Amino acid sequence: MNATDRMIGRLTSGERQAALILCGLTALSGAALGLAGRNDVVGWHGLLMLLFAGGFGFLLMTRLDMAEPTEDRGASYYDDPIKAGIVLAMAWAVFGMFMGVWVAAQLAWPDLHFDNGWSTFGRLRPTHTTGVIFGFGGNALIATSFHVVQRTSRARLAGQVSPWFVLLGYNLFCLLAVTGYLLGITQSKEYAEAEWYADLWLVVVWVTYFVLYLRTIARRREPHIYVANWYFMAFIVVVAILHIVNNLALPISWGHAKSYTIWPGVQDAMVQWWYGHNAVAFFLTAGFLGMLYYYLPVRAQRPIFSYRLSILSFWGITFFYMWAGSHHLHYTALPHWVQTLGMTFSVMLLVPSWASAGNALLTLNGAWHRVRDDATLRFMMAAAVFYGLSTFEGSFLAIRPVNALSHYTDWTVGHVHAGALGWVALITFGSLYTLVPTLWKRERMYSAALVEVHFWLSIAGTLIYVFAMWNSGIIQGLMWRTYTEDGALAYSFVDSLVAMYPYYIARAFGGLLFLIGAVVGCYNMWMTVRAVPQATSRTGDQPVAAAVPGE
Amino acid sequence: MPEFFHRKLERSAIGFVLAIIAAASVGGIVEIAPLFTIDETVEEAPDMRVYTPLELSGRNIYVREGCYACHSQMIRTLRDEVERYGPYSLAVESQYDRPMLWGSKRTGPDLARVGGKYSDFWHVAHLINPRDVVPESNMPAYAFLARNRLRTDDLSGHLRAQRALGVPYTDEMIENAGRDAYGQAAPDSAAAPGVTERYGPATTVSAFDGVATQLTEMDALVAYLQVLGRLTDAAYRDTAAPEEAPDPAE
Repeated sequence: MNATDRMIGRLTSGERQAALILCGLTALSGAALGLAGRNDVVGWHGLLMLLFAGGFGFLLMTRLDMAEPTEDRGASYYDDPIKAGIVLAMAWAVFGMFMGVWVAAQLAWPDLHFDNGWSTFGRLRPTHTTGVIFGFGGNALIATSFHVVQRTSRARLAGQVSPWFVLLGYNLFCLLAVTGYLLGITQSKEYAEAEWYADLWLVVVWVTYFVLYLRTIARRREPHIYVANWYFMAFIVVVAILHIVNNLALPISWGHAKSYTIWPGVQDAMVQWWYGHNAVAFFLTAGFLGMLYYYLPVRAQRPIFSYRLSILSFWGITFFYMWAGSHHLHYTALPHWVQTLGMTFSVMLLVPSWASAGNALLTLNGAWHRVRDDATLRFMMAAAVFYGLSTFEGSFLAIRPVNALSHYTDWTVGHVHAGALGWVALITFGSLYTLVPTLWKRERMYSAALVEVHFWLSIAGTLIYVFAMWNSGIIQGLMWRTYTEDGALAYSFVDSLVAMYPYYIARAFGGLLFLIGAVVGCYNMWMTVRAVPQATSRTGDQPVAAAVPGE
Repeated sequence: MPEFFHRKLERSAIGFVLAIIAAASVGGIVEIAPLFTIDETVEEAPDMRVYTPLELSGRNIYVREGCYACHSQMIRTLRDEVERYGPYSLAVESQYDRPMLWGSKRTGPDLARVGGKYSDFWHVAHLINPRDVVPESNMPAYAFLARNRLRTDDLSGHLRAQRALGVPYTDEMIENAGRDAYGQAAPDSAAAPGVTERYGPATTVSAFDGVATQLTEMDALVAYLQVLGRLTDAAYRDTAAPEEAPDPAE
């Protein structure tokens, strides 16, 4: 019996039929899109949806007559979708980081697009950002949120089919987005490039996610909602708001990939960066803080340092971040008062951000010997440090005069990667190294030494990357504004570009180290599942009593 | 006692979600809503014209290729930017831009006022292989644009969607969209006069890619690049002096 059989075997025949109907509806939507768009590039996406849903429908159809599940499902957590989510997250990590190394190398050696249209920097760059943020980050968030909400609520997920719909539907969105860029389908809205039909699809998936999450929390056997779930809820709810508002658009027709956003010019700029900055806040920060608040104390075997700090930082982040987006538009045609508000709130954001980072690091007090010996916990410690550093840098860069120098340069890119590599990826790897042995009921990870190797590759890669971009960004910014004694601009634009090449090579190398680390991580996780003996069963890793009626 | 209040809030999933929505909504509402009502957000520019169908197609190619990832179209109100690129950008100049392409990174230079700065011939040579013209460049080569025929059958649909969103395209413009796209790149053809008639005498009609007989994506992109910064001259009139770049070290 293979994994697919086992996973489908845990569904009742009624659930299998419901899942099959969902596949059928998705395949039909794909067919409709393909037919309506047969004269347009969108036709390919109709076909992709049809094949994707059809493939899963086929898996189900061939297993409709399997025996009904015999286990008492109310007595265990639902971990199958989490396992699949981890596999998908790691696959997207390798893909997204590979694309990152490729585009980085193209900046140093421009011929690396081999004269193709699909492989130019402009088309590949969003496959990197979407691949790592939404593919890797999003799958990791869905998987860990399913894990955390069950354990902290001591209740099983409120559905058998909907977790799969959320996970696989979300991956369909990522596939539509990434293949779209290669085909030339993009809105060119940064971090929201996917076109209208993919965006609509994501709304359906995301609403399902929200309902599933809320219903699971409603089943909890604990009086209070644990802090990690506050962050996951904020992540789900606010990302929905941001996604819908920013992507409001009018398609040319039902059979056309192209749409025009309803927001024009300056309003579009404000909405876009309200979205863009809060994608950082609620996707790349809130969700991953949810991870941190669960896996860090579990791994350190220490309770969270301060409950009050948790409250302060949660509401501070939820309230302040939404004002900060306009700091991306300093000195532009956006009205000055909005720029000033954005700057002010960005600086204030440092308080809740450092409250979170401090809370995490102080939680480690009394467990520093574990940080020394255990690379997994060290991943999370380093993540908290990078979180503190990059939020400080973020507030700093949001100050108008500083931004005058840094904006449009590689400094921004370096800052983003200090956060994305140093914080987001490190906390994810730390969490996954904690989660994988638990979930597959293994005694430990396959190799502690390989976790150690991964840790140092990640740290080295991140530091090389960030230092290269600090240097190139500041040099670039200074060259643009340097005057000769006669009051003329001292450097042409090309002069500043020539000065960047050494740093572009260094950056690609740093990224490559980070990618190798991720591949090592994949191998280690794979071998953990394959080769590490089963752990003797842990007590207490099950929902509290009383199966909910109807389950 | 706030902690007591929060303990209560933590007991209700719905209450907690509503609190999140309330806390998170304020910032966006305060910053975005007034942009639609305050007159000062977007300046007056009575001379501003809309993109021709060919320029709009070119813009859509710029969007499709993700050019914004390396080129900004937003000259900031800083002295060095104004001296390098021209008068700083005004909000009105992107009032018809969906999406706006202000960008966030300059791996290449700003393009907000690149229109008219180089010849069509230079642009075509540069797009076919940037290193033929600028040896130090790291821009990808876009030779395939000269080989791709421009799609024009859906142009009326594009203009209609733009009009539905508030761009003042006339019925005549929508009806003739495909013909105008062809005419703008074929100066000696019968379709050419209609373009300047509908979009104004300042519209450039030219065989942008050097070949008048076939309409390619290269024609469209070059037509777009050549109109950047030239839809209105508002930025050249009555604007405040740019700021000296502040020195953070001071």
